[in-house]
This record gives sequence, C-alpha cells and structure tokens, in this order.
Amino acid sequence: MTQATAADHALGHAPDGVGPIDPARQRLVHQALKRCLPDDALLVHAEDTRPYECDGLTMFHQLPMLVALPRSEPQVIEILRICRDLAVPVVPRGAGTSLSGGALPHCGGVLLSMARFDRIVSLDPRARIAVVQPGVRNQLISERAARHGLFYAPDPSSQIACSIGGNVAENSGGVHCLKYGLTLHNVMRVRAVLSDGSVVQFGSEALDSPGLDLLPLVVGSEGMLAVVTEVSVRLLPRPALARCILASFDRVEAAADAVARLIGAGIIPAGLEMMDGAAVAMVEPFAKAGYDTQAAAILLCESDGTAPEVEDEVARMESVLRAAGATRLNVSRDEDERLRFWAGRKNAFPAAGRVSPDYYCMDGTIPRRRLGDVLTAIAQMQLKYGLRCPNVFHAGDGNLHPLILYDANDPDSCVRAEAFGTEILELCVQVGGTVTGEHGVGVEKLNTMCQQFDPGTLQAFFGVRRAFDDAQILNPGKAIPTLARCAEFGRMHVHRGNLPHPDLPRF
Amino acid sequence: MEPSIESLVERVQAARAARTPLCIRAGGTKDFYGGPLRGDALDPRGHEGIVDYEPSELVVTVRSGTPLAALQSALDARGQMLAFEPPHFGAGATVGGCVASGLAGPRRATAGALRDFVLGAHLLDGRGQVLKFGGTVMKNVAGYDVARLLAGSLGTLGVILQVSLKVLPKPAVEATLQLEADEAGALERMNAWGGQPLAISATCWQCGTKPGLLSVRLSGSQASVDSARRQIGGSELAAPLAERLWSGLREQTDPYFTDAPASPAPSTPGPLWRLSVPSTAPPLALAGAQLIEWGGALRWLRTAEPAVALRTRAQALGGHATRFRAGEGRDDVFTPLAAPLAAIHQRLKRQFDPDRVFNRGRLFPEPDAH
Repeated sequence: MTQATAADHALGHAPDGVGPIDPARQRLVHQALKRCLPDDALLVHAEDTRPYECDGLTMFHQLPMLVALPRSEPQVIEILRICRDLAVPVVPRGAGTSLSGGALPHCGGVLLSMARFDRIVSLDPRARIAVVQPGVRNQLISERAARHGLFYAPDPSSQIACSIGGNVAENSGGVHCLKYGLTLHNVMRVRAVLSDGSVVQFGSEALDSPGLDLLPLVVGSEGMLAVVTEVSVRLLPRPALARCILASFDRVEAAADAVARLIGAGIIPAGLEMMDGAAVAMVEPFAKAGYDTQAAAILLCESDGTAPEVEDEVARMESVLRAAGATRLNVSRDEDERLRFWAGRKNAFPAAGRVSPDYYCMDGTIPRRRLGDVLTAIAQMQLKYGLRCPNVFHAGDGNLHPLILYDANDPDSCVRAEAFGTEILELCVQVGGTVTGEHGVGVEKLNTMCQQFDPGTLQAFFGVRRAFDDAQILNPGKAIPTLARCAEFGRMHVHRGNLPHPDLPRF
Repeated sequence: MEPSIESLVERVQAARAARTPLCIRAGGTKDFYGGPLRGDALDPRGHEGIVDYEPSELVVTVRSGTPLAALQSALDARGQMLAFEPPHFGAGATVGGCVASGLAGPRRATAGALRDFVLGAHLLDGRGQVLKFGGTVMKNVAGYDVARLLAGSLGTLGVILQVSLKVLPKPAVEATLQLEADEAGALERMNAWGGQPLAISATCWQCGTKPGLLSVRLSGSQASVDSARRQIGGSELAAPLAERLWSGLREQTDPYFTDAPASPAPSTPGPLWRLSVPSTAPPLALAGAQLIEWGGALRWLRTAEPAVALRTRAQALGGHATRFRAGEGRDDVFTPLAAPLAAIHQRLKRQFDPDRVFNRGRLFPEPDAH
C-alpha cells in the first residue's frame, strides 16, 4: 500500500495531495528547479524520496513528487518563484518529527527540506539572543548556550531531533511551558520568504515592532504562511538549581485537586506533570524511574532557581501536596535523581511503543478543573472501543496526551483508534478546551477543527492565509479544513458510533 | 446574541451600508496614541463584566467594555495580576482599549508583552460578524493565532468584544534598589543582570542628577528577593516612594514626562519619542532628555530632533521610533513598514474589514484605492 492507509477510511477521505505522481509533471518541475539548484540538492527517484514519505504521524504516507534541499535563502526564493509560476505546492519540512502530519508530502508538490540550514549564525551572551537557521536542532541551542550560563527554554520531548524551524511552524511547547512559555514567547524575530519570493522580517531583536504584530500568526502557522530562513531566539539565565518532587495519589481526582491547590497557593512550578496509573505501569518497567506502581496517579512537580529559593519553594510545594492527600512524596536529592524522575515521563512514548505494536498520541487541552470528568470519560471509551489508553498530562497547562494503544496491521483496530481519538478531541472541545495544545492540526485534526470553529472563523483563517500566500501554494490542505470538508464530516459525524450494519466496510 | 453585542453589530452594519467610518473609542484615555481619530465614535462600554474567572486556572475572561481598574481589583482580591502591568493613562481605561493599544508597563522586559498573555478573543469584524479566536486554555495551536494579532491592532481589524487573558500570582515580596550610574554604565549593568537568574521585575535609568540614577525593582519570594538584593547592592527605596516611582513610569505621571526637562538638555522639551531598540544598543547620542526602561530596550526621548534623524538612528540599531504623544491629526506616528509587510497589512485589513469601517489609518497608512 503506497498511498492511503486504513486510517484514511476512518477520516472519511484521504488528505489532499495523496495520490499517484504524474511523471510528465515531475520531469517539468525537475527541469525548472535544476536551473537554481545543484544536482545533490534535488531528489526525484523513489528510493531517494522514500525517507520523506511521512513525518512522526506514520498513519499517513505519500511520496513527494520531488525533494529540494536548498542551502541558501536565494535558493529558497528561486524555488518558491518557480513553484508559484508552475502552480506547484510546496511542503516545508524540518526534522520531520511532527506528530500531526504537518510535513506529509503532496503527490504533485515539492517537499522543501530545510535540513541544510543547520548553522547557529551567532550567539550573543550579552544580548541573550541566538540567531539560528531553521534546521538547527532545538537541543543544540541550549548546549551551545550552556557555557554562558544560558538556555533556550522550550523543550519538546523530541528536542534531541526536532528543528527550530519546525518548532516555529508548530509553536512547540514542552514540559516547562507553564513557567517559561511556548515557542512564541521565546522567539523574537523570524526572517522568512513569502510564496512570491519576497523576504520579510517578523518581529525584531527589540521588544516590539511597528504595525500589526504578525509574529503570533507566523509562529504556529504550520508552514502555510511563509518559509522560515532564520530565527532569533531569546536565551534565559540557567537556574542555578532544580529539584523535582515525585508525589503519589490514590485517586486521579486527588492529583488533579493538588494541581489546582498548587496554583491557588501562588506557586508556578517550573514543571508540573501528571501520569495516570496505567501510564506509570507502562513506563516503570522500561525506564526504572522509581515511580510508585501502586498509585492511581503521580505528579512530577519541579522547582528551579537559586538554592534558597528552591529550598523555600519545595517546602511550600510539599506542604500543599501533603494537604491534598499525597500518599508518598520523594524530593530529588541530586541532579542524577532529578533526571531519573524525568526519564520516566520523557520515555512515556517509547514505552507505549514497547507494550503495543502501535500507539496514537492525542494532544487535547482542557481547563484543568475538568480533568477528573475527562479521564473518567476516557476510561469508559476504552471499554467502548476495546483499546487501552494510558494518559500523560502536562498538568500545569492542561495539555492532555492520551496514548491510544492499537495495532496498525489490524484495519479494524486502526478504525477504532481513529474514532477513539476523535471522540476524545470532541470531548476536549465540549469542556471548553482545544483539539491541539502543541502538536498542531496538520492533516490529523482537520475534521475536529470543524467542531471547534464556526464557518465564519474558518473563513477568516483562509483570509489570513491569502494575506501571506495569495497563490496558496504553501502546504495546501493542512491545518484549516475547507467548509466543504466540514460539511462532509458533519454528515458522517451525525451517524458515527451509531452506524447501521457495523460489519460493513465504510468509505 | 447579547443585547450589548447586538447594538454594536447594528451600528457596524449601518456604518458599512452608509460607508461612513467608525472610530472605536471607550474612555478615550489613549486618544493621543497612534494616527488620527476618524469617523463617528463607537463606544463598546455597554458590553462589560467579567465572564469567567477561576484563579486556579490562571485565566480570566472579560468583556472589552469592562473598566481596566475593575478587572485589576477583581484579580487583586484573589492575589493575582496582569503581569504585563498595563498603563491606564486615565481613569476611563477599559480592557478593550488596553488590549487594542498593546501597551505594557515596567514589567514588560521580564514578564512578557501584553500579547503573550492573550489566550483568546471575540472580534466583531467589518462585515458585522462575531468571530471567535483562540480559547481559554494556555496551550492551544488550533488555527492561526488571530487573538494575539489583535493585541496592539488599535482597532483596525474590528471591535474586540471579549478577551481571555492569562493571569499570574502577585509576587510575595517587592523591593526597589537605586544605584548611581551613567548611561553607558547603566546599560552595561542592566544587560549583565539580564543574563543572571535574578528576581528583577523592572529597571529604569534617569539622568536627572549627574551621573544618573539606576532603579531596579525586585519581585518574588523572600528568598529570591534577598539573594538579588545582596548581589545588586545600592540603597533601598522606601515602599511608598517605590510605588510612586514605578506607577509614575507606567502612567507617565513621573516628572520626566510632565516637566520641562532640566539639564543636560538646554533646548525646549520637544515631543515625546519612544525608541524601541535591542537592549544592548549603545547610548543613542541624540539631543534631548532621556529615560531608559526595560533593561535598555526602551528609550524615551524628549527631543526636538527631526523624525527622520530619530528613525534612521533607531533603525540602524535594529529598532524603531514612535512619536508617542503625537498631538491631534498626525499620520507619521509610526515607523513606515517595509513594502512586503505593508502589503500583508493591506490584505489583512481587507479580510477583516473590507469596507474600511474601523479606525482608518490609526496604525498604518490606508490608501484610498484598494
């Protein structure tokens, strides 16, 4: 199966741009791009383009018509001008770690890999600003800044591999966002090329810019507004010390209540993560983090700062957690132990891959006060769909990652996983949350976007897109569903879960 | 639809049909800021009140006509605050005007900009539609972040009806320290402190008396304020004086903004310019009286220098210059935009307000033909 997968059927229809490649069109575009790119910067043969057929969302794959690997901004400008003239879609790609299919190729399009933009252009410790190319790995910035006592705060769990360009496209978060913010809060300036080839700077290294603040549109735009060629990120002073409390609870609700009490006490932890009992049971044998496998839920609560600050804050956190009914508390004694506490949480996804052939990671955000209701509903859905679903939760900012365990080789299991995920996201919207906290919409959540936004707002999103890319060649078909798609999904949706003749194949 | 929204929608539709522009204006406290006021006044103050506030969620949802002071006292009662420390510039300030102006106070450099705290917004656009962007949760990447685009949009895209803002706990302890320093020395220190884990929440340098006075506000837990106090040194300002200093900077009631400048600027005061530059930019070397905030990133200048000289200097340093208190009718308040950016502005305007009903020319030039 080269193009669609079983999951497409559950979605109603395949994403845009999934289909066979037209060889004549491929030759034409290849010839045109050869004018501006050397041979080693263009891939056309299937054996070369295969590594690009999907990103971190492996449910969908599609060979790109061509892969372009530019090294310079003038090459990016030329590629975009040529593609615009020929009406060829362009799909920008960083490290390909997106979990929502944001970098899924287009069968008639050019996959624009920014991997060769891999230089840290400058790192000014006095200004606390690093200027980096988009292909630079997230973690490399903090590694380079460490010698100056500085770090780059957003730390998505893929930080070893993911690129800053991809982080800008997705507005990536991580486990420290509650205190240190998302990518948007840590990016000062983005230099980018528009689809018409013009070069623009959004933001600056000052704290504001004249005119409308376009940076929040560009950050999180999933590669649909502009192609990023350079980013200025803000570096923060590295805290002298960090300590982590590991707290066990015998009820999930008690853990959720503890989170509300911490915040209510005026404490903003550097990290605040929750895992339910099923997630702990999945992770502990694999990561040996020292988690309490008897607990219904555990919390990881981190304090950072100077030594006296941390001592003071940890004491306050401990007393709040005890009052909230924690059954066990461990405070990390040294850096090794702190990292071991985190190793369990950071290995939740690989652990899911060990206990199940496949897993489907959801990414809804909910108001924290609804956590108990949502977890209870997910427990019931496990029975309904016959699939297990451990939960990890960025508790501080309400971002829930249910991990639906399924088997991709079993088409029925795929369909159930997809429907399970959709129902979780619908619930997130119902309780006042959102279908994606940090992974992006990509191709994955197009349908649930129809539930979160009304037609007027969706139309406004398309207007925003046209304001930047009037030819609409950048990453078409991603992130914002067309009204036609929503209408079609609405028809399906009315009957979902209630289909007559459930044994018949659908769509 | 709530009646207070309905009446606004009717006004917008009537204005659109009659092709008469509207000027969104509540308390009028920020009339001085931005391009000229054109059109009939549209007052959103009938649409007011806090919609939802749950302190443990760190989010408040509030209607735009709500007095800013009312919102802040509701937060204060629960030990929380708007961390961007917005200026009021008068008793009539509303939440809508606060968000639309996008202005932040002394805490900006360390806490973040107003737009960093916007989580969601409802907008009445130029077609008379109510659009709902973002939400009430802290992490949300569904759809383009239009709610944050509205921060500082000066009403050019529509009437902000409601916003959801992230709020933060108030610091347990605050202290203000003062040190003598000249301009270059103050810039050096502010930037060096910025690279260290110190509980600084605001900085200001003034040149009133030679060589100049650097003020630093510390905010946080007792432990963090104590350790920063030891590291920074200087003399501590009594709490009431500290409060007067920082609120005077935020509201521009400080003598720097209200008085004719003393030496070293012998010339007449001239208008107030706001130069936003990278914090490490060297001393400006421009004539006039200066006050520095935001760790060096915000340089106020009362000067008679021509706009072009100020803009050229600010741009060479990587920033921009704004004629902050412009006086009526000026349309050269902001630094002109590069052509591709200006084109995006025109297209966004056309998307949200195709008949150019709202706040024409308040933030960027709007050519008559489109």
